[in-house]
Amino acid sequence: MATILVVAEQAKGQLKKATFHALGAAQQLAQRTGGQVHAVIIGEGVGEVAKQLAGATVHVVDHAAFANPLAETHAAAVAAAAKAAGASHVVIAATTYGKDIAPRVAAKLSAGLASDVLGFAGEGANVTFKRAMWAGNAIATVEVTTAVKVVSVRATDFPAAAAGAATAVQAFSVDAPAAKTKYVEFNEVKSARPELTEAKFVVSGGRGTKGDFKAVEALADVLGAAVGASRAVVDAGWQPNDLQVGQTGKVVAPSLYIAAGISGAIQHLAGMKGSKVIVAINKDAEAPIFQVADYGLVADLFKALPELTEAVKKLKA
Amino acid sequence: MKILVTVKRVEDYESKIKVKPDHTWIVTEGVNYRANPFDEIAVEEALRLRDANMPSEVIAVSIGPAAAVAEIRSALAMGADKGILVKQDGFIDSDAVARVLQKIIEKEKPDLVLMGKQAVDVDDNVTGQLLAEYLGFGQATFASKKESLESPEEKAKKPGVQLAADKKSAKVWREVDGGLECLEVALPAIVTVDLRLNVPRYASLPNIMKAKKKPIEELAFATLGVDAAPKVKILKVEPPPARTAGIKVADVPTLVEKLHSEAKVI
Repeated sequence: MATILVVAEQAKGQLKKATFHALGAAQQLAQRTGGQVHAVIIGEGVGEVAKQLAGATVHVVDHAAFANPLAETHAAAVAAAAKAAGASHVVIAATTYGKDIAPRVAAKLSAGLASDVLGFAGEGANVTFKRAMWAGNAIATVEVTTAVKVVSVRATDFPAAAAGAATAVQAFSVDAPAAKTKYVEFNEVKSARPELTEAKFVVSGGRGTKGDFKAVEALADVLGAAVGASRAVVDAGWQPNDLQVGQTGKVVAPSLYIAAGISGAIQHLAGMKGSKVIVAINKDAEAPIFQVADYGLVADLFKALPELTEAVKKLKA
Repeated sequence: MKILVTVKRVEDYESKIKVKPDHTWIVTEGVNYRANPFDEIAVEEALRLRDANMPSEVIAVSIGPAAAVAEIRSALAMGADKGILVKQDGFIDSDAVARVLQKIIEKEKPDLVLMGKQAVDVDDNVTGQLLAEYLGFGQATFASKKESLESPEEKAKKPGVQLAADKKSAKVWREVDGGLECLEVALPAIVTVDLRLNVPRYASLPNIMKAKKKPIEELAFATLGVDAAPKVKILKVEPPPARTAGIKVADVPTLVEKLHSEAKVI
């Protein structure tokens, strides 16, 4: 029977939301191939969260040598678990962690890697993979020709697995290779707002804000939304790097995406086109963003956003 | 120090990309080509590290058609010292690219390899990591600057990658989900660069002239002994699902009403 191995990602004793989407993708693969879902979780003190990997047989690599997410050590643990479980597919969310380790896992398993996958195609067990190229201007269907296949999935394109308990949780022992990389430190960017890639609502500001994000942030806060920005805003140093939505930044797919003062360059659209509902607010009626918006409002954002903020407040009251 | 950088010839991101009617690839006629923008950041970083650690040299490598010599020349015009072009027509997958680069690196033995985190054509973001594993090197992906691109450090053209005094290791800040992470990699290592590592320079006219005299070694793909059979085969290429333009609303109350009653998102 085919075994689909999901790589779980955790930080500080919490599973990343993206992991549940990877688990959802793995369940789809298991259904298509008539296989079963296994999972591997790597770190120190991760036995407890492993229980949340619904319906999976979980292999827990729990050792101080794996405390930090180093590609060399974590890829070695994933590859060892894949071999031990006889995995046909290794699935990982295409987060920065997933992107960092997936190719090394593929190389260790002599496997082909379909990266940043948006969906599955093909007949029955012969699964092929859909992925974006040229900043989302083309969608390729690819076949992985090797026996073992590694797949990194774009979390926002797969539904999260339903909550539940792991089928079994077992320790998996693997020696950490001597890494040529040392973990030094992590500077967390703290925010009271939800994380961009995981938020239900996103309010983004572009060049039209002229760097003044007060109105964008006020609306985000009444909606409980994450704040995003276009590349122009980030390049100008008006907002930090990690807020950039776009092909070279974060790819988001919230229920509602509000673009304020964003013209809609191709590379920005590639990062938010998957949103369920898109609202564009821009002074320029010809801005390309209106071509993808469900609702467009030609208006000055400095007038429209405060008005919208008040209206949402009333609606919620 | 010897620093190796990759320079891929890719479609200009400002060109309109259209899928071929037979769904085999994109239309390449009338499309402009240029160096992968992430690779240009890698070249810039290599030049800054070289100039801070003389004597050093920067080698720019490209794998592609004969025309890719233009992208190597642009790296040489920025300041790289010499080029290597591995001539290869047609598509090869990222795994084959990594194995070609492995051969070049085993021969050239650079102290550091800098490359774009991804090429903006296939958007794969895997070659650097595959290469690191094949070579048994450490890696630091998504290299960024700790300071902003508006900072005095960037204005002074300081490298973001911090080389140790003994040149045996380097500290690299990486842009990861939720913040910036710092790794110390033993050299030689693979570092893939993200957008906010530096602002690449423009080539000056005198340097463009000088670049014409710099050496470019040409190698044929077939002589390297790399199996080009793809591990990842592209079966078809389609246009993305069209997102139809919605409606324009007259004012904020109408917008709120639509979002509440029609789209039911708030």
